[in-house]
Amino acid sequence: MEKIDVVIVGGGLAGLSCAYALAGEDLTVLVLERGDFSGSKNVTGGRIYLGPIRDLIDDLWEGAPFERHVAKEALTLMAEGSSTTLQLSSQKMNQRPYPSYTILRSRFDRWLADKVMGKGVYVVPEKRVDDLILDDGRVVGVKTGEEEIGAEVVVAADGVLSFLAEKAGLRKPFEPQHFAVGFKEVIQLPREKIEDRFGLTGEEGMAHLFVGSLTKGMMGGGFLYTNLESISLGMVIGIDAINRREPREEVYRILDEFKESPQVKRLIEGGTLSEYSAHLIPEGGINVMPKLYSDGILLVGDAAGFGLNMLITVRGMEYAVASGVMAAEAIKEARKKGDFSSRTLAHYEDLLRNSFLLKELETFRHALSILKNPRWFHHYPQAICDLYEKLMWIDESPKSRLFSTAYGELRKSIINLQGIKDILSLRRI
Amino acid sequence: MTIEEKLAQDAFKNDEASHISLDQSICKECRERFCIYSCPAHLYSLNEETGQMQVEFAGCLECGTCMIACIYGSVTWNYPRGGFGVQYRHG
Repeated sequence: MEKIDVVIVGGGLAGLSCAYALAGEDLTVLVLERGDFSGSKNVTGGRIYLGPIRDLIDDLWEGAPFERHVAKEALTLMAEGSSTTLQLSSQKMNQRPYPSYTILRSRFDRWLADKVMGKGVYVVPEKRVDDLILDDGRVVGVKTGEEEIGAEVVVAADGVLSFLAEKAGLRKPFEPQHFAVGFKEVIQLPREKIEDRFGLTGEEGMAHLFVGSLTKGMMGGGFLYTNLESISLGMVIGIDAINRREPREEVYRILDEFKESPQVKRLIEGGTLSEYSAHLIPEGGINVMPKLYSDGILLVGDAAGFGLNMLITVRGMEYAVASGVMAAEAIKEARKKGDFSSRTLAHYEDLLRNSFLLKELETFRHALSILKNPRWFHHYPQAICDLYEKLMWIDESPKSRLFSTAYGELRKSIINLQGIKDILSLRRI
Repeated sequence: MTIEEKLAQDAFKNDEASHISLDQSICKECRERFCIYSCPAHLYSLNEETGQMQVEFAGCLECGTCMIACIYGSVTWNYPRGGFGVQYRHG
């Protein structure tokens, strides 16, 4: 079998970043994408943080089709009959270089694929890879339909479900507690309306998170991101939480209820739905990380389980880009040595361990086990809203001291044995 | 807006064969119906006549949630063939 140097399976952020970083080297590289074009199978919430990856591919970001740079943050705690919102308008976030942007993947990934093609790497659409070709346990290529493509090294960038990681024997069977499902609507609204409604100027954007009664006690939350001419509105919910909820709840319905809530309804009023999408999010973190390489194969992005729910945000795209670039570094190194065995490819994991990526996953090792506590998603948002409501409430009876009102509420629902245990558990996040 | 109306906004290029298959012998024993509750596109339902679990693969958003939610291993799930399935225009 004739061999090219590198076959990258999956033309999403991880695969394309790897291809981009390999372009211009003396290597033959091919990207295989199962969709009609790069981005056609990709979904994000979506917000990307450029801070950790800006310098990894420094010539890429100028002119990238992001939506808006996030200059405003909001967090709403939802309770029965009330909600509390905390909002941040940040000058620091509103200065170039902007730290984060809202993003729609179909447009973004397609643009990135064009960039990669412009550097001479071919991205082949409509190619689903069905299997790996193995020779004595070593990966030597891929099968796509009737076709076999030999390669010195295969980069599995085939997403969160990575069938290639499974076929290569690199990952353990999936478990519901290590995944969340994100599902969202893209709602079209005129630009002026978005800017007016959210108090934005020019290309400023807003990221708004929602935690509390909207997920009905299940681990997760809601999100709203402003795009240039649309709003991304959706939810992320842990699959184990859906499986265990009593009484049972069909998950698709709770997005409709969220949309109908007074906190959200006015924000999307007059908008028209233009797309409904869903995607899995790997949340198992470093505890369930697969083996990242073997002879002739590397895992990158979601395929390597590089996702993280860090309570205030769900991360993944920066990890995809970073791991793609680091895989490219390891491949260049392997090429120099003429050795694509796991001994040389181990360099990939060294690079990751020395980067923000595995350091963050290590830092947040316990995040998921803490987030599994259903009280974060029901009890505490309710308690905080109740406290705030009581402080602000004035009726015919003489008002008690603010301190004793607050203290009484806190004693009742937060500063008790359970509450202190829960708060202490947060030290590990 | 119903879920069917939502899915009607999406672009699909459907293959003839389904990319999802179920092991009815497992579904027959299942009481929890994890698939019905977790599918964000509401594609799973019980056929009232036959009592069998059925899935409408044509509206699949390709998230794979059902495969993970079904802890009994009834769901065999593959990506649709290259060029088929949902085509996200926003993502």
